[in-house]
Amino acid sequence: MNSEISGIAQFPGDEMPRHDSGAASLAHFPKIYGEPMLEMPRDLYIPPDALEIILESFEGPLDLLLYLIRKANISVLDIPMAPLTRQYLVYVEAMRKRNLELAAEYLLMAAMLIEIKSRMLLPRQPRLDAGEPEDPRAELVRRLLEYEQMKAAAAKIDALPQAERDYEWVTVWIADKIAQRQPAVSLYDLQTAWLGLMKQAHIMQHHKIKRQELSVREHMSLILRALQGGAFVSFDRLFEIEAGIPSLVISFLAMLELVRERLIEITQSEALNPIYVRLADANTLLS
Amino acid sequence: MPTLYSPDDYKRVLEAALLSASEPLPLTELKRLFDEHFDDDTLRALLSDLRSDWLQRGVELAQLASGWRFQTRPEFQPYLDRLKNEKAPKYSRAVMETLAIIAYRQPVTRGDIEEIRGVAVSPNILKTLEARDWIDAVGHRDAPGRPVLYATTRKFLDDLGLRSLAELPPLTDVERVMEIADGSSP
Repeated sequence: MNSEISGIAQFPGDEMPRHDSGAASLAHFPKIYGEPMLEMPRDLYIPPDALEIILESFEGPLDLLLYLIRKANISVLDIPMAPLTRQYLVYVEAMRKRNLELAAEYLLMAAMLIEIKSRMLLPRQPRLDAGEPEDPRAELVRRLLEYEQMKAAAAKIDALPQAERDYEWVTVWIADKIAQRQPAVSLYDLQTAWLGLMKQAHIMQHHKIKRQELSVREHMSLILRALQGGAFVSFDRLFEIEAGIPSLVISFLAMLELVRERLIEITQSEALNPIYVRLADANTLLS
Repeated sequence: MPTLYSPDDYKRVLEAALLSASEPLPLTELKRLFDEHFDDDTLRALLSDLRSDWLQRGVELAQLASGWRFQTRPEFQPYLDRLKNEKAPKYSRAVMETLAIIAYRQPVTRGDIEEIRGVAVSPNILKTLEARDWIDAVGHRDAPGRPVLYATTRKFLDDLGLRSLAELPPLTDVERVMEIADGSSP
């Protein structure tokens, strides 16, 4: 594994041609014991995760190629095809070995680089119209420059102040309230409405059905209160006959509800004997 | 309803309208505020006057592609962000590059974008930009498969504080470099 990593780590080693040559360039290298260090140490350790991040950060083969070209500080207009292709393949191989999902575009580009390189080895056909033979690299250069241009443009757009990221729209909150406009009501409208109601109430007077709201819950509480102390209470005594039929029905429903919730016990020693009711936890109360 | 006499009165009405609007207001819309018939220049003079009135404040009046709108000043955003629970969204390089290609080369097909970027454009990238209402489909190219043509929207300009596409940052001058590339002998 280490040899494979160091193969990348030494990049951009001595493979790429430099515009400046000779002793002057040696000054740029770090010195160890007075000797310039021309190669990266073989055993330089790059954490595997870090390498993966470097490899994954490329937006595609063109991005990777631009990185290699810019890193080696060579001109896009005069690309040395052989070393570039070699280094490109080193990266692609590293991606493949790390099981990164290698998009088909990377392999297509590799094939294209090799194709350009081989075309450069062949003698050029002079163009019919002009004397200048076409450079096999021209199309690649055009694509690299166009991509680089768009890459730069993307960064510029990203740098523009952006709504909701760099600033916010101002809206006075009350605006929403105004938007939901309510109809205006005058005192006169109110008076008319009330008079109308009164008139209607007068007509309806004899047909009015009164509805009494009776709460089962309320009656449950009444029954429980009557059973306080824990003694048996006769079933009939828990009903108020005078309160009317609706009240009796509600009391009965409340009784059933209390049984269901196991708050009371209802007992009868024999059929037709009086029924007695007591709190379910009467025993604990008495003891 | 108070009668309006001085320019300041008109400015106050404009201010109230712009502050309470949830969208940028174009001149045609602002004209409807008044009984008088103002021409564009008069209205623009009032608006630019109003803009100067707000110069020393935390919000500013901005002129966008779809009209005029108040916005907070970008320099105060770090403070406003403290009141928010989540960080402002940041688009990936893939999204920004796709957006740049659509903005500068529109109308373009997905194939055009892929040709320039050299990689497949994932549907999510276009969906992200469409969801933000920054790009939309404006037609189909008369080519096999009738691919969709994408363009940037007015909201894209509004959200970036631009009045038109002409205000996009200028491209680096690659055309000239490319001519040299074509002419250079190997």
